[in-house]
Amino acid sequence: MSEQSPALELRRINKSFGPVHANKDISLSVDRGSIHGIIGENGAGKSTLMSIVYGFYQADSGDIFVNGQSCHIENPQSSIKAGIGMVHQHFMLVDTFTVLENIILGVEGGYRLSEGLAAARNELIRLEKEYALEVNVDAIVGDLPVGLRQRVEILKALYRGAEILILDEPTGVLTPQEADHLFRILDTLRKQGKTVILITHKLREIMAITDNVSVMRRGEMVAHVKTRETNQAALAERMVGRSVLLQVEKKPANPKDTLVSIRNLNYLDADDVPRLKDINLDLKAGEILGIAGVSGNGQSELLEVLGGMLTPTSGSIRFEGRELVGSKAFTARNLRKIGLGHVPEDRHRSGLILSFSANECTILGYHDKPEYNRGLRLDRKSMVETCQSYIQKYDVRPPDPYLKASGFSGGNQQKLVLAREMEQNPDVLLVGQPTRGVDIGAIEFIHKQLIMMRDAGKAILVVSVEIDEVMSIADRIAVMFDGGIVGEIAASEATETRLGLMMAGVRETRPGAKEAV
Amino acid sequence: MTEGSVKFAAPLKIPGWVNYALIPFINLLAALLISGIVILIIGDSPIVALKVLIYGAFGYPEAVGYTLYYTTNFIFTGLAVAIAFHCGLFNIGAEGQAALGGIGVSLVCLYFDNLPLWLVIPFAMTAAAIFGAAWAYIPAYLQAKRGSHIVITTIMFNFIAASILTYLLVEVLIDPNGQSPESRHFIESTWLPYFHDFIAMPSTPLNISFVYALVLSAGFYFLVWHTRWGYEIRVVGQNETAARYAGISPSKNIILAMVISGALAGFVGINELQGVQHRLILDFTGGYGFVGIAVALMGRNHPIGIFLAALLFGALYQGGSELAFEMKSINKEMVIVIQGLIILFSGALEHMFRPKIEAAYRRFATTQTAEAG
Amino acid sequence: METFHIIILLLDATFRVATPLVLAALAGMFSERAGVVDIGLEGKMLGAAFAAAAVAAVSGSAWVGLGAGILASIALSLLHAYACVTHKGNQVVSGMAINIVVAGLTPTLGYAWFSMGGQTPHLGGDARFKSITLPFAEAVHDIPVIGYIYAELISNHNIIVYLAAAAVPICAWILYKTRFGLRVRAVGENPHAVDTAGISVDWMRYKALMVTGFLCGIAGSYLSTAHGAGFIRDMTAGKGYLALAALIFGKWRPVPTLFACLLFAFTDAVQARLQGVELPIVGVIPVQFIQALPYILTVLLLAGFVGKANPPKSIGEPYIKER
Repeated sequence: MSEQSPALELRRINKSFGPVHANKDISLSVDRGSIHGIIGENGAGKSTLMSIVYGFYQADSGDIFVNGQSCHIENPQSSIKAGIGMVHQHFMLVDTFTVLENIILGVEGGYRLSEGLAAARNELIRLEKEYALEVNVDAIVGDLPVGLRQRVEILKALYRGAEILILDEPTGVLTPQEADHLFRILDTLRKQGKTVILITHKLREIMAITDNVSVMRRGEMVAHVKTRETNQAALAERMVGRSVLLQVEKKPANPKDTLVSIRNLNYLDADDVPRLKDINLDLKAGEILGIAGVSGNGQSELLEVLGGMLTPTSGSIRFEGRELVGSKAFTARNLRKIGLGHVPEDRHRSGLILSFSANECTILGYHDKPEYNRGLRLDRKSMVETCQSYIQKYDVRPPDPYLKASGFSGGNQQKLVLAREMEQNPDVLLVGQPTRGVDIGAIEFIHKQLIMMRDAGKAILVVSVEIDEVMSIADRIAVMFDGGIVGEIAASEATETRLGLMMAGVRETRPGAKEAV
Repeated sequence: MTEGSVKFAAPLKIPGWVNYALIPFINLLAALLISGIVILIIGDSPIVALKVLIYGAFGYPEAVGYTLYYTTNFIFTGLAVAIAFHCGLFNIGAEGQAALGGIGVSLVCLYFDNLPLWLVIPFAMTAAAIFGAAWAYIPAYLQAKRGSHIVITTIMFNFIAASILTYLLVEVLIDPNGQSPESRHFIESTWLPYFHDFIAMPSTPLNISFVYALVLSAGFYFLVWHTRWGYEIRVVGQNETAARYAGISPSKNIILAMVISGALAGFVGINELQGVQHRLILDFTGGYGFVGIAVALMGRNHPIGIFLAALLFGALYQGGSELAFEMKSINKEMVIVIQGLIILFSGALEHMFRPKIEAAYRRFATTQTAEAG
Repeated sequence: METFHIIILLLDATFRVATPLVLAALAGMFSERAGVVDIGLEGKMLGAAFAAAAVAAVSGSAWVGLGAGILASIALSLLHAYACVTHKGNQVVSGMAINIVVAGLTPTLGYAWFSMGGQTPHLGGDARFKSITLPFAEAVHDIPVIGYIYAELISNHNIIVYLAAAAVPICAWILYKTRFGLRVRAVGENPHAVDTAGISVDWMRYKALMVTGFLCGIAGSYLSTAHGAGFIRDMTAGKGYLALAALIFGKWRPVPTLFACLLFAFTDAVQARLQGVELPIVGVIPVQFIQALPYILTVLLLAGFVGKANPPKSIGEPYIKER
């Protein structure tokens, strides 16, 4: 092994999951002591590739070299031995354990815990100092905020002697400011000679912190460049394979009456934790209101309350002048009947029943409508016909109303859900993460459909964690932080910095910024 | 976009006959194979045993009558477990619900026996349904509203039901003229008509509750796949979040499915007590509730499958007694072994053969189409 | 003195009844803390009871019988692991299947091998675990209270009773103070964390289930070679389920589980005493009510009326690497 050899090198890695070729002939070289970004859309194969490096999956073919030496990685154990650590997108922590217990899991050093715990405590104090990663090692992990849990994950990897640290979408749950803090930590790691691989689909992060960047698209590695020799637009083009329309074409909005007005809405969850705090919003006919924010700041709860899935603790929601809170109409089923459609954030968790056929999914939420029933009986024929018509209109492929929902790709599943909710011709449409996990072609289609609905005079609420998406399709943007609305601005006045600050909970004091009433 | 070029065809659809016939058959075969080994170990011939078993179950009209009488119980409990499965619930409590159903039937037959038969039958059925349903309602309510795990609560409820039954028979309903913990005999006017009352066949316990079980099977099919209530139950069973999203109340449907389940299990009391025993006795549930799990698993929660699986277990029960009679070292517990093995292979180990069979089918199908094309 | 004597007798009976419950509940603890539901405790105990009695009868040694009981129970535990861990089968169904198979298999084999209607021969002599008189028990017997308690209550049990008493602190130590225990608890809470830490989830669960089999084997052997003198069909009579209830009642923790077992065993001892006895105010309590009491209590606990039970988070779910 020489000092010149790259810290990690991959040669012609292939991996298939059944019919899906997730990684095709991937080669990659990561310099020691650098931060290397791997960027690509959802489903481009980044996570799969890194799971192979971490030994979570076995590559079908290809070689891995660590420090110039061929390395056979067959499980996480061998990967850890080779000095590779990974911070997963979903934290791999035991919530009921203390930080210390979590860190020594797997490297306890002997069958008795007490010695291992004591040794680990000293070592951690050293690591915390060296990398500025303070955390109370005796705290129960389940009680820690997200940012700190991520630190525990990093410490866990360092404690195992990781020289190469892989972070998979580490900022998905962080505010831009927390993310900046993370980047400072990564910078410290780089200075100490560690190698960092950062997987993300966010261009901003790549530009902010990496030395080199590799771009993946549809399971293939399409570019390796030095970060300072490229720019966001060029990377974006590589990611999607053609120039992206960053702005959807649309006419200026022509807002009319307020259809839904939300006042002082509060929601406490089962553990009495406030999830929504004094929300005030208006949805107007002919306008798209976008809700931006880091995920987990109350957006999901807002959608679920408005969709009738959760009962607010206090406040008022008026729909076309009539109070919903406390009324009979305020259930998920009745709201649909009075003209409120809801495309949920997570189609797998709630929008579809994956084991049901497409035509059975077509009536989800509308299954007691007269057109699907004949007396006691469900009208199977009319279900199939309706599904067929949706499939045609929304170009769902394959066009098979009897295919199980799980048999469609993400984009086509989303189209099925959108079709169901839009074709009921609701006056108000709630849409959560309209294009999550959807391919580019379908994204354009979905955005156009939403704008068409807007132009037809409907009121639309779009919740998205993708700042670009909110900025491009919304007419007005409200930002949520910690369950409350931080502020509301016109889309034309929005910039990433402004939204980013608001997403971190910084209220605007600038003149002209419109605070929510 | 090249959306069209993305491969959808890849996971070749597995046809129904593989799913519903071939795989259960192979699981059954595995269970019988192991049972055969057990029989070899205890020093008998598995082949002879199988012959005796089949003859004992179907070989002569009387045997068929007995087989169908057992089948009736298994249809009731199989359907009971299946409706709960459709709602994503594991009802281990069919045994206890059957016990309560039997108590309901007995109370009607003991205390309302002055009513004419045409009134006693629906009355007793209703009592069976209500008692069984009520016994399922409590665990269902605790699951739906308080999150108590239904598997554990229904297990506990089986024991509590057994205690109640014992208490009633020892302290309350015991026949004052008898010694054993049994109620007095129901008077003849409350008995369900036997099959041999209508058609020319030897006298067997087979009674009209068999027909009732078939009617319920048809109703089950209609309810689950062709009504909005069945749709709701299945939505809740597949995905509770989606149910809440669609405005379908999970707790309401959990309770509904369990109440139906308990009622179905309760009907065992009709067949056993009103049909055959004509008095309330201890342990009349005879493990039918537990075997109902096997029936539902093998029958893949579909009434036709359940009927076939119930017939299989009915044949095992009936053929098993013949087996114990005919073979020197086999007693009727051997049937319990076979039952357990069937549950093991078609339930717990269902993923053992399935991928291999499906892969084999895919290989077979692809070569076929390749040759054809 | 009479009441005191009765209490001592009650407690003595309680210990004897509690022994298999404690062992089986601790067995269940390892399985369930590792994330595998085990309603097959009943079957494993029954299998062990049969194997122990059969082998003890043939070999004439209770210890050899115990070894056979443990092996039989571990084998059943491995079957459970094979179905639920290797093949990701439904854990409840697997436990159920094991219970039913064993319920049928033990009398079948017993009938074939011993021709005694499914029982094993009566065990005597060295084929059965006998009571041990602790040192000085005779000498201190007449010392009021303490000596009497020592001689009558603490002394004069068979070795497995003492084993069960020792098993509680040992199991607690293993669960909370050793690497194995840490990993067992982790794999039941978040198997993904265990997997990414480079530990095989499947192998961990296999190991935990072997411990379950081991302890359950002792519990079952106790029934046929220590408490009883031979195997009788269905001799566990729901004790496996009762142990499971105690485990839940003890919130999956060793010491509270011990107390749950003692409580359940005590109700059993009391019930034998109370048969037909008229109590002030309440009158005669039906035996069946007292028999059902442990189950009623467990249901009340599960319903959140008596405390709150928080099961291991990933219990019942087969571990599947997400893609």
